[in-house]
Amino acid sequence: MAIKVKIVERPVDEVSYIRSTMKGMALTFKHIFKEKVTTQYPEEKAPISPRWRGTHRMLTTETGKAKCVACGLCPTVCPANCIKLVPGEDEQGNRYPLVFEIDEFRCIFCGYCQEVCPEEAIHVGRHYENSEYSRAGFVYDLERLTSQTHPVCEMWDPEDPKGE
Amino acid sequence: MNILALHPLLQVANPNLPPTSTGVFFIATIVKMLIVFTVYMIGVALLTLAERKVSAWIQDRHGPNRVGGKGGWLQPAADGLKNFMKEETMPAGVNKPLFVLAPIMSFIPALTTWCVIPFGAPLPTRWGRIDMVVADLPVGFLFILALGSLGVYGVVLAGWASNNKYSLLGGLRSSAQMVSYEVSMGMSTIPVLLLAGNVTLNTVINQQAWGGWNVVNLTIAFFIFMVAAFAETNRLPFDLPEAESELIAGYHTEYSAMKFSLFFIAEYANMVTASALMVTLFFGGWDVPFTSHDNIGPYSGWLTLLSVGIYLAKVMFFLFTFMWIRWTLPRFRYDQLMSLGWKFMLPLALSYIVIVAMMMLLLEIAGIHPGVFYATILGAVNVILVIVLFAVLDRGRIISPAYGRMHPEELKRLRRLASRSTLSTEASS
Repeated sequence: MAIKVKIVERPVDEVSYIRSTMKGMALTFKHIFKEKVTTQYPEEKAPISPRWRGTHRMLTTETGKAKCVACGLCPTVCPANCIKLVPGEDEQGNRYPLVFEIDEFRCIFCGYCQEVCPEEAIHVGRHYENSEYSRAGFVYDLERLTSQTHPVCEMWDPEDPKGE
Repeated sequence: MNILALHPLLQVANPNLPPTSTGVFFIATIVKMLIVFTVYMIGVALLTLAERKVSAWIQDRHGPNRVGGKGGWLQPAADGLKNFMKEETMPAGVNKPLFVLAPIMSFIPALTTWCVIPFGAPLPTRWGRIDMVVADLPVGFLFILALGSLGVYGVVLAGWASNNKYSLLGGLRSSAQMVSYEVSMGMSTIPVLLLAGNVTLNTVINQQAWGGWNVVNLTIAFFIFMVAAFAETNRLPFDLPEAESELIAGYHTEYSAMKFSLFFIAEYANMVTASALMVTLFFGGWDVPFTSHDNIGPYSGWLTLLSVGIYLAKVMFFLFTFMWIRWTLPRFRYDQLMSLGWKFMLPLALSYIVIVAMMMLLLEIAGIHPGVFYATILGAVNVILVIVLFAVLDRGRIISPAYGRMHPEELKRLRRLASRSTLSTEASS
């Protein structure tokens, strides 16, 4: 079979080149005076969704200790395997995390850890400006996680899918 | 005030006549060279910023606005600094001398062309009248055509010396494009030279001051010249030598740092030169519109300043047009480029020469001498020609660069040929 070339019939009597070029130029000229759409980033920031999932934050109790009870659900559910948890127990028998580290480079920001947490301790944050001088800086330990202050993600609610 | 050593060189002379002593000529030329070169280079640097600004505005953005205050005025300086500090790459297998020579070859002609373009009314000084042109060559326009063709060597050499298939393709395209459009460009200026009766650019400007700007009388020549100028400067829609979607960066793929920057500067320098030429040949040069006293004198410093200002304003308008069109039109396909150049522009330019020459002959036979009436007749004929070309003939493929449809018989013949060829894709059937 020979190669079929599709040939489009052009309406020769109607098309023009010079006049359409001028039309195009008029259009681009109009755009010069139009309002600009750029967001001047460091000064002004585009609003982010209430469901935005960014770097983590650990909420604390009134006494300033992490709410985490080291149940082990979040490292279990984490699909990226980025949470490292070593549980400990105090004299009263309360469990608490001895080590709680999240490797933000491995994290895929699915938000499962927040959803699965029975104590509402670990949250993904509404935050996106992260920079460090080393890769090691992106392994957030418990101290770092509890000291974060940015707002946290409002998860998707099946009762209220549009977040109203 | 007399500097003793220079005194015999700087003879006081009539301000409205050319300077009598060689010393004045010598010093004036050096001063003019320095001023023109400085203004030109700063202008080119600012043009890179202007291009980014215009492109941004057309695309509803702000453009660079961080470096050096609100307008980003220091952006070109920052870019330059960056280019100086970047690594100079020298790929294995390049032809070293040519690789280094190529950016220079594309940069120098663009710069040199400017020395014959008059940019203002003569300035009367106590040492004599100083012409506002670096070198008032009697061959003026021919010099420009000659140097304009030299610019392509830089591009072709860059393509060849880089030892890179993309560069080579870019260089080849560039040479084909330049050859094609150089012809139309030269042809389109012949009506202008016919009217002026001389190739000196000052004569061309004076003729326009008396007989109306050439764009009014020779619109079609201007149109051809403008399109050819776009092609000659490798600007969109004719930027096939770079064609980043096909050839990475075309002829300057292998260049980095200041060598790349030189190509970049050369492109803008070419733009300035092409704009200056369009202004000089078709928009009256430094002629102040709607006045005639500015071309005979007595000249004054203010008149010089005004005419230089007017000239710069006209050039800037064309520079803006260059950018405006760049951000409006898409790139031509290669066959469209060739068919526009050879099948449309060249015949049009040639027939236009015949028409204008015929008209001038008829007017001479009729005993009408160059003047207002002469210009009016030329203008009237021009209006008719423009309407015929742009309203009646601008249909389908007559002006369109798109290649016309193939005749069905021709298509069948080609398909038959293809089916017999060993390169055919239909191996089994």
